[in-house]
Amino acid sequence: MKFPGRGGKLREVFDRRDLLGLLVRRDLQARYRDSVLGFLWTLIRPIVQFLMYYLVLGQFLRAAEGIPQFAIFLFAGLTIYSFFAEMVQGSTTSILSNAGLVKKIYLPREIFPLASVGAAGFMFFVQCLVLLAGAVLFQALPAPVEMLWFFPSVLLILIYGLALGILLAALNVYLRDVQYVTDVVMMLAMWLSPIVYAWTMVSDAFNTLGLPAWAIEVYTDNPITLAVLGFRKAFWGAGMDADYPDDLLLRIVIAGLIGLVLLFISHRVFTRLQGNFAQEM
Amino acid sequence: MVLSPTPGPVVVRVDDVTKQFTVRKDNSLKERIVHAGRRGRAHKQEYTAVDGVSLEILAGTTVGLLGPNGSGKSTLLKLIGGIVSPTTGRVLTRGRMAALLELGAGFHPDLSGRENVFLNASIMGMSPTETAARFDEILEFSGIGDFIDTQVKFYSSGMFVRLAFAVAVHTDPDVLLVDEVLAVGDEAFQRKCMERIMRFRSEGRTIVLVSHSAAQVQELCDRGIVLKEGQMVFDGDVNDAVSALRDVLEGRRVGEAHALDSGKPIEITRIDVLDTEGNTREVVPTGSKMRVRIHVHARRPIPDWDMGFSIDTPTGQMVLASNTERLEVDLPSLEAGDSSMEFTIESANFGPGQYFVNANVWPVEPEDTHVMWQGARFTMEHTDDSIGTVAAAISVG
Repeated sequence: MKFPGRGGKLREVFDRRDLLGLLVRRDLQARYRDSVLGFLWTLIRPIVQFLMYYLVLGQFLRAAEGIPQFAIFLFAGLTIYSFFAEMVQGSTTSILSNAGLVKKIYLPREIFPLASVGAAGFMFFVQCLVLLAGAVLFQALPAPVEMLWFFPSVLLILIYGLALGILLAALNVYLRDVQYVTDVVMMLAMWLSPIVYAWTMVSDAFNTLGLPAWAIEVYTDNPITLAVLGFRKAFWGAGMDADYPDDLLLRIVIAGLIGLVLLFISHRVFTRLQGNFAQEM
Repeated sequence: MVLSPTPGPVVVRVDDVTKQFTVRKDNSLKERIVHAGRRGRAHKQEYTAVDGVSLEILAGTTVGLLGPNGSGKSTLLKLIGGIVSPTTGRVLTRGRMAALLELGAGFHPDLSGRENVFLNASIMGMSPTETAARFDEILEFSGIGDFIDTQVKFYSSGMFVRLAFAVAVHTDPDVLLVDEVLAVGDEAFQRKCMERIMRFRSEGRTIVLVSHSAAQVQELCDRGIVLKEGQMVFDGDVNDAVSALRDVLEGRRVGEAHALDSGKPIEITRIDVLDTEGNTREVVPTGSKMRVRIHVHARRPIPDWDMGFSIDTPTGQMVLASNTERLEVDLPSLEAGDSSMEFTIESANFGPGQYFVNANVWPVEPEDTHVMWQGARFTMEHTDDSIGTVAAAISVG
């Protein structure tokens, strides 16, 4: 005898991995169905965004002057950040947009935010290819060993994306404001991490302002900042040691462990709340 | 009625399950904050949909959940299916479960029929290889044909439902939960659905069915559970369940006697169904002689009077009716007080199932009819020879 809707969740989700794959494909297929350019849109949006920041910030506002290979510097940051934002925003609405299924059929509900994360992962993968092509073209790649930074930073952003996504997905069922709050916070969070500007600019500014040393630590240890810095290390070869905080890997590992605890907690909350999903929609 | 194979182990156990809903009138952050604290309680309402229900369902049985609107039968089905979790108590299940709560719930309008078949089958727990193996069968059953590669948003609603049902019945569930879905599609398709569900039964699978149609439940199920305001008021043989449902619908306590004393000059006090020996029968053999005895009470002597009877199915379909006017019989004048009269049906050729007997009496002058609805109930004995609404002796030659 088994309890539907409880216990052995990870296993249950794992058993339904075929479905997870199909749901990810459905999301992607349905997104560009009936459009002439189809999957090209996956590229067009980030490229336009990139050009906008590159021209306005880099050239007009002259941010590019202090930063060599500014194009790659910028695109690396944007790529990993948009992965995070898409994971969180997609997951937040995932339960509601699958209301038809949630109300009528028993499935481990974690599958819906996971499918959103999967779809975001696919977009991220495509963008990474573009980034790689660009980095090769501009000869901006670091030594191959440095490129291993890709893994810890992506893992870190994935842990936080999942933890936040699962939590917000459940909360959004009860309180629809969550999705709008999320949009606003995601917009803000982008400027809270060194994506379009350099980390050194922040530490310099903090020094000039005479803020205490812990202020820069707080800023740096924000997991998004850590992931952006690590990810940039993997693709942007022009960076010096001074461009990064000390012990970056250690910071990432610690943030990752904290993230796992948060992921566990947010899943507990999700499990508690999911019992009433069907009637709250 | 086809008898199920021998019931197996328990596949569903519901242990003292209660489900409460909190109905909130505020759903945005602003409203929540404004109404936080003590005033918030005015914007919340507790509603108990299922109240302390315990039951066990054995493998291979077909169970019908009956009850008026809002009695909690759909909620109970969702609890069994794990779609909502109980407030208190627990639900235990065994085996693969498919919930047919809404056909095509997982269909995505922008995907083609083929893609949706794979997606929906996967939602119901089939692997892509299993689906691929049964794909032709599914396509055949649905009768969609070449449209299978068209996006489902261009399907007619009938095609949509047919494809969804085809997927659902090909997923091989051990326990099938069905909620009113059989009320869709044209007649031919409905028949196909019924046949399929019959086949599920004969394969020894378990079916839990929610339906408003007592006739459908009677046809398909061997056990009936009646709910009223979230509580289980009856659990047992499906025919008895249908009459218990009647009692619930008419606001009576289950099994309670009919109220009398209408103030009419002649009243019916009781109706009996008897056999030729004069014994009361609950089960009537097909083709036997059957007597309907109507007990009346007259307030004063009535010289000229008439009486009649009718026999209905539980859905209210009249199968036989007559009265002394039609039969051109003059009844002997009625003394004041209690007496009784009988109609004799030479050969009861009703199809298997349950029937209700109604009767009416009236003095010729002035006419003032008293009717007793469902004064008696009987079940036509089941034979394997034939099915349908009438029974007849059939020979082959």
